Amino acid sequence: MLSCSQFDREFLRQVATAVGNEYRTGVMTEECHLDLNPFYNPTRRQYDGDRLLRHIPLCTASHYTKLVGLFRVDIYIPILTYIFGQAILGKSDAIASVFRLRNELYGMKQDEKLLLSRTVKEVIHELGHTFGLIHCQNHACVMRSSTYVEEIDLKSSSLCTGCREQIAHGKK
Amino acid sequence: MAEKISILIVDDEDSVRDSLLNWFIEDGYEVEAAENAKKALQLLEHRVFNIILVDIKMPGMDGLELQRRIKALNSESIVIIMTAFASVETAVQALKDGAYDYVTKPFDPDDLSHLIRNAGAQISLSKENEALKKRVTTLEDIDDIIGQSEAIRRLLEQIESVAQSNSSVIITGESGTGKELVARAIHANSPRRYFPLVSVHCGALTESLLESELFGHEKGAFTGATFNRKGRFEMADGGTIFLDEIATVSPKMQIELLRVLETKSFHRVGGNKEITSDFRVICATNRDLKTMVHNGTFREDLYYRLNVVNITIPPLRERPDDIPLLVNHFIRKYCTSMSRDLIAIEPTAMKQLEKFEFPGNVRELENMIERAIVIGNGREIRLKDLPMGREAVDSPVESLEEIEKKHIEQILSKYEWNVSRSARALNVDRVTLYNKIRKYGLKQKK
Repeated sequence: MLSCSQFDREFLRQVATAVGNEYRTGVMTEECHLDLNPFYNPTRRQYDGDRLLRHIPLCTASHYTKLVGLFRVDIYIPILTYIFGQAILGKSDAIASVFRLRNELYGMKQDEKLLLSRTVKEVIHELGHTFGLIHCQNHACVMRSSTYVEEIDLKSSSLCTGCREQIAHGKK
Repeated sequence: MAEKISILIVDDEDSVRDSLLNWFIEDGYEVEAAENAKKALQLLEHRVFNIILVDIKMPGMDGLELQRRIKALNSESIVIIMTAFASVETAVQALKDGAYDYVTKPFDPDDLSHLIRNAGAQISLSKENEALKKRVTTLEDIDDIIGQSEAIRRLLEQIESVAQSNSSVIITGESGTGKELVARAIHANSPRRYFPLVSVHCGALTESLLESELFGHEKGAFTGATFNRKGRFEMADGGTIFLDEIATVSPKMQIELLRVLETKSFHRVGGNKEITSDFRVICATNRDLKTMVHNGTFREDLYYRLNVVNITIPPLRERPDDIPLLVNHFIRKYCTSMSRDLIAIEPTAMKQLEKFEFPGNVRELENMIERAIVIGNGREIRLKDLPMGREAVDSPVESLEEIEKKHIEQILSKYEWNVSRSARALNVDRVTLYNKIRKYGLKQKK
């Protein structure tokens, strides 16, 4: 897990632990000092998610199976006004941002516990796509599509049995 | 299992196509993309997409013109127009031309999800509506078994008792006796009537086409298999499958059929997944299957599997008493469908019909009446409106070719030059009809 913005170490450790537990694997956390200015779109006042996704593999020399870049900035793709994160289906890389996961953005009280829970779900969700999983119809499954933040709160942080079996049976 | 909704994205910007493609793939849709209208139309020549997202501003043909072309190809596809710069004029024009919605880029992710979900719901409703219409037609069709002769009374009794069971049925009878009608009647009276009746005309398909038609295929299974397709056995789940001209099925397909009838499970062509379907099978043939078994051209085990109940439809010449009833039925049917007042029939014309042998059976009689109504004076069917009367009445004598040409012309004009429907009405295949159109130099009048 590549920390591409400034995050509290304990926060990163907790996200990595939860992700590792879900995928039953070790998660290594690495900090990267990425200059985000080239990815900024002044017209949209957001950062280009497609380009960030393509760039993050260049930010680490470590060997990895799956790579997820974690950001604090507001990211977008050309066709959508915003995204929480994105991945390429069946490939190795994904990105996620906490920008729109923060309660304060919606005029509510800061809630670090909720932010951690949302971040864990978003990272597990995007990594699920890298394993070839598409959106799941199971309401509790972490792979259920969430287009607004409250939807993230409604689902669990775990893969349902069906999605878990798909990963076990050949989805890479 | 519901079929996947297919989406086509048409936009000249790579980033837009890629983002949408990725988004829809993650949502489990079947997606393809085209960078301009020309490429989109090429794709649409080969397959149908449920939803088509079209950018309004593209080099070459713009989105509004593409939408018009799409609607001309398939009016059921849902077109959503995308634009970076919304204007009231273009939005109104797009909606007037039949667009489902008009959206401004970039989209809110939640709006996009709702838009596609709602369009998907509309597609499901349309499909359901179509299926219900077909079922209503099936239920109406039973009234078409006309007759008071002993043979017909026996046939109706047989239909009633067979309908309640789940057994396989073979319907035998000469061409034109109404085998499909009997199959429909059995289905319409059975507990399976609220599920589909799926018909397959085995004789019209080559072995490989029949295999893909019956079992379906997976995308890439063979050249031209550009998308997944359900087979007829899968479509008939819960209902009945009607296999017409079963005697024409090849030995290889006979083995396949036997296996499916025994296990009620199969694989799509090129697929690994076993699919099960609960269907009842009704077959029809105008050939003597028992002789074919004896000659070794039809498998004995398949014959016994299919021939649990055998229904034989008598030829029309064996029940001439039914001819007046049938004539009046067809007069009513065609006058209603052509929005005309009911017409009578000259007693001499009726007498000639009662004497006629009808080698083409009820279908021949039906075509004769339909033709007589089309060419007649609108008050009554005269002897000279019928083929057997024309020779005596008409002067100068018309050749068979001239009569054929006129008749084909009338049928084509009746069905507004829809070749498939006209071929069905004439009881010939489409290739034969095309050849006749060419031969007689027939052209649609503008």
